Amino acid sequence: MQRAAASPVIEFRNVSYLVDNTRVLSELQLQVHRGETLVLLGRSGSGKTTTLKLVNRLLAPAAGEILVNNLPNTQLDITQLRRSIGYVIQDVGLFPHFTVESNIGLIPNVAGWPKQRIAARVAELLQLVGLRPDLASRYPHQLSGGQRQRVGVARALAADPEILLMDEPFGALDPLTRDELQREFFLLQQRLHKTVVFVTHDLREALRLGSRIALMEAGRLVTVLAPQQFLQSADPLASAYVKAFGDGLESAANRGAS
Amino acid sequence: MNVIRFIIENHDQVIELALEHLWLVGISTLLAALIGIPLGIAIAHRPRLNKPVLASANIIQTIPSLALFGFLLPVPWLGERADRLAILALTLYALLPIIRNTYTGIRGVDPAVIEAGRGMGLTEFQLLYHVELPLAVSVILSGVRVAVVISVGLATIAAAIGAGGLGEFIFRGLAMVDDRVILAGAVPAAILALAADLGVGWLERRLRAQ
Repeated sequence: MQRAAASPVIEFRNVSYLVDNTRVLSELQLQVHRGETLVLLGRSGSGKTTTLKLVNRLLAPAAGEILVNNLPNTQLDITQLRRSIGYVIQDVGLFPHFTVESNIGLIPNVAGWPKQRIAARVAELLQLVGLRPDLASRYPHQLSGGQRQRVGVARALAADPEILLMDEPFGALDPLTRDELQREFFLLQQRLHKTVVFVTHDLREALRLGSRIALMEAGRLVTVLAPQQFLQSADPLASAYVKAFGDGLESAANRGAS
Repeated sequence: MNVIRFIIENHDQVIELALEHLWLVGISTLLAALIGIPLGIAIAHRPRLNKPVLASANIIQTIPSLALFGFLLPVPWLGERADRLAILALTLYALLPIIRNTYTGIRGVDPAVIEAGRGMGLTEFQLLYHVELPLAVSVILSGVRVAVVISVGLATIAAAIGAGGLGEFIFRGLAMVDDRVILAGAVPAAILALAADLGVGWLERRLRAQ
């Protein structure tokens, strides 16, 4: 891990982003290391989703650059860049006219994988995210919210990307399902060691899943802290978060224990 | 029941004119779809084009059909044959519902689905082909359906400039003040409109995404 830290997988260099001449993101400097889960924590409008979308070029910065594996992401072919990055969003965005299998297999399919390999990959992924194999032929509207989000994760993993971008993936789920998916995601990440950027406004989730937590406020990066450090931080915003979320955060920070 | 007898007695001519009618409507709808669907897709992706294109199609729609036929008559290549002219006019009228529904259908696709597709590395063409069009197809086809039904009605007026079709009976009947002859054009035209509506409806169900 220390060696990998020398060369970040994703690096933001002085990145700013404007919407109608208002700064949504100001001079962001941030590195994401191989195999870590970096959580972007902040309230709505703090710039965390913007930060995420800059990585796979759904948005283009007004200033600065974003390096992916030491190359400015603008130098990479946009389709190749996006296919090397899994993307999971809160609304899931499953293709409603495709079965679960076709949803997961779409990128391998357009990338020209042979049918058998796609089918094998889909089966493998369904198992990985804890879905029964017989769900492969279902349509998204026939699934529960939790199942849909599992399919979303499986779809993002389909082409075995090195990087995963997750934008409040569990935000719309009921508390029990959310808890279940958070736990499973944590275990999954321990096996896969993807480089994950995870957006949330939920401190508990951040403590539970993050290797490090990047706290954002009004388009600025306030601080980057490990979960245990976050709880003891003297930073006024960090302690305000800790206060707002109240008791029981310690157990969340002792990851995997819950 | 005189009408039915008249139609049976003149069935050769009724069938011939009905086929002519169908040809006018079929070719013009096909042309309108070939122009209107790409145009609708374009304005769905380039919102700045949306207003001028829809406004133009709207204006065309407001030109009275007889006047439009008249306007086009002096145009060199077109004016030579009445059916060319009729097809062009019918195509213009069919554009609006097709463009508008294509636009509405594509804009109606859940933005989260588009974002997920784009984010995972579908090219814009793949997004269109695999996601947007399949999800918009039933809205697009209902626009085609409206266009076909409008065209069947409008094509009867094409007979006024000698383009043939079932309108011939209607105009002849008007001139002869003979209801039977008018109805011999109008009733098959109505049946044609219904059949076309059902036909495109069937296609719509076949192609509709799950």
